[in-house]
Amino acid sequence: MAKLIASTGNEAVANAMRLANPDVCSAYPITPATEIMHNFASYAANGEVTTEMLLAESEHSAMSACIGAAAAGGRVVTATSSQGLALMWETLFIASGMRLPIVIAVCNRALSAPVNIGCDHSDSMGTRDCGWIQLYSENSQEAFDNMLQAFRIAEHTDVRLPIMVCLDGFITSHSIESMHWMDDAAARAFVGDYQQVNPLLDIGHPVSYGQLALSDMYMEYRKAHEQVMAKVPGIVREVAGEFKRISGRSYDLFESYRLDDAEIGIVVMSSAAGTTKDIIDHYREKGIKAGLLKPRLYRPFPYDEIARALQHLKAVAVLDRSDSFGSSFGPLYLDICGALSCSAQRPVLINKIFGLGGRDYMPEQGEQVLDELQNIAQGAPVRAAKEYIGVREAAC
Amino acid sequence: MKNWQELPPGALITDPGSSRNFKTGSWRSYKPVWIEENCIQCMLCWIYCPDMSVKTSDGKRGEFDYDFCKGCGICALECPGKKGKKAIVMEEGGN
Repeated sequence: MAKLIASTGNEAVANAMRLANPDVCSAYPITPATEIMHNFASYAANGEVTTEMLLAESEHSAMSACIGAAAAGGRVVTATSSQGLALMWETLFIASGMRLPIVIAVCNRALSAPVNIGCDHSDSMGTRDCGWIQLYSENSQEAFDNMLQAFRIAEHTDVRLPIMVCLDGFITSHSIESMHWMDDAAARAFVGDYQQVNPLLDIGHPVSYGQLALSDMYMEYRKAHEQVMAKVPGIVREVAGEFKRISGRSYDLFESYRLDDAEIGIVVMSSAAGTTKDIIDHYREKGIKAGLLKPRLYRPFPYDEIARALQHLKAVAVLDRSDSFGSSFGPLYLDICGALSCSAQRPVLINKIFGLGGRDYMPEQGEQVLDELQNIAQGAPVRAAKEYIGVREAAC
Repeated sequence: MKNWQELPPGALITDPGSSRNFKTGSWRSYKPVWIEENCIQCMLCWIYCPDMSVKTSDGKRGEFDYDFCKGCGICALECPGKKGKKAIVMEEGGN
């Protein structure tokens, strides 16, 4: 029976991992993802899962062990954050290139230097082009639900790609929220069993993983990867439809909040979207037509669908929780611009960088952004295409 | 050559032993030459060769397999030779 319980995001993720009962889990602890493995290791020690736990000497080794175990034929999970994900970076391409459906939970955390353990999206944004699927979660409930769906998406025979489920470090990973647990039997039936198509351990059908492909073949493999990514949005929707039937909760490629008749809008991912919805409700009460678009499937990025959802707006602010250094814009902003680049009608787009290194995103920040958007929608010139918000500046 | 639609997912090789078809000898820029009269049949070259390019028969060392030897020179370095004369020397030029 579905129960309403109090849980941290990390407990929720570990519980989803328990329900999937992976064959192998190889991990290395790092704040704020440590608690996921702490909880999951308890499940393994108590016999609630039959998972082989491998403690690696680094995240590079942890992901390497996951790759080996997945190639051998197992369902494989891990979790990490920040520097840990950065250390995995080299092997992430190997997991995706070999089409191994590894599931990883990423508690988003800032990158050093300076050393910081707070939330921002620099870590997973740095891996956005590694050929993995990425889902972002607003709260513990979404982290739990995304994690359960992640196995189905990654392991789908038309997909077979590794997947990253992101949740905001501390804000979601460590905050206790009320959420709906799922009945064990229903969740297990939903996740189902996994059958690797070409396992290394099937000695009757020997295969080799990790071949060399030089200039005469490499580009064809990359094209094939690009094409399999294009199938992902359809599978994400199919799995979400099935998930809704057992949970009653709806998921899509992104969430549109009061967007259909909106004139101004904010695009923001993960926990900040929750705060922004409250701000939008206040502005709607004042008669201002504001809306929100919260990307859920960030890789592959659903360019066409997002363009259709935003093109009727007059002004849109994209809030990035990471920067792309080089006097460029934040990664989410660039994707939104790319999505709208072919639309004949499109909003004025501005970029705000917020919440780096655990800096709180306060309602006043979102209100200032909406006020600015309203001015732009009424014809005011754009003051700055890109701007940091919530940062201390010298007085002019 | 296969087009992208025909490739096995994950760049898998499903045909065991297919690396035999991928001759790497053309990568050489130095070529090992075996001087049989200086060879004591210690087989160190056979043990050390990373590409299994020292052919043997009846427990004796034979000619190099130049289809796969990349010319790394490990065999020449390890070769003890006879009376101070190497049984394997590296010559400039790969082929």
